[in-house]
Amino acid sequence: MSSSALWYATRATGLVALVLLTTTTVLGIATASRTGGRWWPRFAQQDLHRRVSMIAMVFLAGHVLTSILDTYVHIGWAALVVPFASSYKRTWVALGTIGLDLLLAVAVTSLLRHRMNARLWRALHWLAYLSWPVALSHTFGMGTDMRLQWVTGLAIACILAVVTAAIWRAGRTVLRRRRVLALAAVRTRARGVPVKHLEVGGAAR
Amino acid sequence: MDIRIRVNPIACDAYGYCAELLPELVTLDEWGYPVTNDGLVPAHLVELARQAARDCPRRAFLVKSAERTAGGSRR
Amino acid sequence: MTTVTTDDDHAPVLSSWRTSHRADLSAHLAHHGAPPLPAPGDRVRSDRFAHALEASGLTGRGGAAFPSAAKLRLLRSVGGAGTVVVNGMESEPASLKDRVLLTCVPHLVLDGAELTAVALGASRVVMCVAADHTDEARAVAHAVAERAGGPLAPVPVDVVSVPGGYVAGEESALAAAAGGRPGVPSFRPDKTVPLSVGRRPAIVHNAETLAHVALIARRGPDWFRSTGVPDAPGTCLVTVSGGVEHRGVYEIAMGTTLRHLVDDCRPTGAVTAVLVGGFGGAWVPATSLDTPFTPRALLEVGAIVGPGIVVVLTDETCGITETARIANYLAGESAGQCGPCVFGLPAIAADLWRLAGGGAGADTRAALERRFQVVVGRGACRHPDGAVRMAASALSVFAADAAAHAAGRPCAHWRRPSVLGPAVQQPWAGHGDFPGGRHRPHEQEVIGRWTSGSG
Repeated sequence: MSSSALWYATRATGLVALVLLTTTTVLGIATASRTGGRWWPRFAQQDLHRRVSMIAMVFLAGHVLTSILDTYVHIGWAALVVPFASSYKRTWVALGTIGLDLLLAVAVTSLLRHRMNARLWRALHWLAYLSWPVALSHTFGMGTDMRLQWVTGLAIACILAVVTAAIWRAGRTVLRRRRVLALAAVRTRARGVPVKHLEVGGAAR
Repeated sequence: MDIRIRVNPIACDAYGYCAELLPELVTLDEWGYPVTNDGLVPAHLVELARQAARDCPRRAFLVKSAERTAGGSRR
Repeated sequence: MTTVTTDDDHAPVLSSWRTSHRADLSAHLAHHGAPPLPAPGDRVRSDRFAHALEASGLTGRGGAAFPSAAKLRLLRSVGGAGTVVVNGMESEPASLKDRVLLTCVPHLVLDGAELTAVALGASRVVMCVAADHTDEARAVAHAVAERAGGPLAPVPVDVVSVPGGYVAGEESALAAAAGGRPGVPSFRPDKTVPLSVGRRPAIVHNAETLAHVALIARRGPDWFRSTGVPDAPGTCLVTVSGGVEHRGVYEIAMGTTLRHLVDDCRPTGAVTAVLVGGFGGAWVPATSLDTPFTPRALLEVGAIVGPGIVVVLTDETCGITETARIANYLAGESAGQCGPCVFGLPAIAADLWRLAGGGAGADTRAALERRFQVVVGRGACRHPDGAVRMAASALSVFAADAAAHAAGRPCAHWRRPSVLGPAVQQPWAGHGDFPGGRHRPHEQEVIGRWTSGSG
């Protein structure tokens, strides 16, 4: 494959991956904030979130592979998982690597979701939230097509989408409900001082 | 063999997917938490019930039959 | 055998204290003799112990009234237990009996614990006391030290101070606390899987149950059945409080009528209703006071034996207001794990307050009934069930009162201080606006000095 074709492929798959990752993030926020109703079933939204994330991973794989296979600039296989291993645009590629690492962790744990501890899975899934700004900075930093208005517009649309979703989430009942539950649990667990063993005379061991 | 659904009330976080997938068996109370009554699942809904158990974000929706439990989290 | 009695044979659990007013080991042994502890691994004697328990018909005295022999059998069927957990938490505010046991007859409780531990091959006994019951903790720790290392303590006993709270005494919560995890109830879809502490199965018994176990092991199941009634044998410790002169802990034969018990404690006015079974129990109207104190008979009037609690309400107190106070307390004591409990109980308490203050409408009553249906059975433990049972019984027992309150004519007494003791003098535990402003009772009332026997 010619270098220039690979280069176009890298940029195209990168942009598509960014849009898909943004969509996944918005759907993830919507899932957490319990949006939905009669015409937008929540279980279907969660399913959509999962499927879009899988397509995003496919395009991300394409983006990463074409960028390494393109010999015009040297990125190297190590840069797949090791940040700062690329000599070309070291910092920005590193961000891409970090984003990929985070998303790989999320993807693998999600595939193994039913076999692992639920709390651990949720903790790791929060890394997904981190991967989005990392991917966004990588996009801006690599800068290849940022001089094109529509590309900049696309990136800004992605930012707006996630920010709007985040603000929307903050206003939903789910936060109030979880706050009530959390307060009640705190009240009980506030009594959860470590259990003390007593000897004669009441001295705690 | 009786197949029953059961909700783990501690794990449940009122996502409501179960009520969407199984409106015949699950309704939501005023706070969004599922009410399952006796939880007996007719044969034609068993597959949906298993899907609800897989989809529940908190693994709180349990499908139990005489010999095995589907859904729930492994400890 | 339906009287509040005072002599040894009819009040056996507290008999050693009544005779000598001493709780130490030598007094205990002088009165009861040594417990028939089998050598560890002696299957024959352990089997005999299990059969005696089976024949006695003893049921748990912690509130659930579960057959104790069945609990033992379950654990023997899984190969024994690693830990015997003694529930001395006394989480019900209106109860004093477990504290009385731990202070006055701790050795009887410890005997029962050791007998159970040997029968199950357990390696340790964990005696759980609430963190704020420091005197009782000290008393039982002293008793443990008296026996430690000797033939009466084949299984070592750890006295453990567990943070209190209403649900902390629940079986699974206590097992969790004994195992170092947060003391909140867990989801147990299958009760045939025993509780565990650490990695091994555990048995949790109320302190009073173990006291009875210790006596049955010595004197046999026929002796135990000679008191009480056929479907509820033996004696039981009951804490009587509220509008009576002689508040305290009494040992009664099962089957004693409520009337007999209440009359012996000298009510201070005309009795309107009695709260039986604790804050999660139910109100029993004065017209049903001839009900015998047994699980079956109480069930017929909608109540439970619970941990032996009787709170007397006279015509000087407003039943609706007391109910609202209890509901408020129970709402605040939720472990905060299950939605229907965390949201349902404060909603019920709020509606009851509205009713108590005379500010309720017709829809308040309907909302209460609806929520009763919705909340029951949907928590991981029986806490919301008890709250609903208590509240629903109030609406039925105090029906006339409730109607007057709902019509905007609350009785004159609703502003009076509570007879329920300091536990219910909590700030509003609900969420959202408190209807009618904060209402705090004025007095700090102690449930009453504890005593044994009558007077």
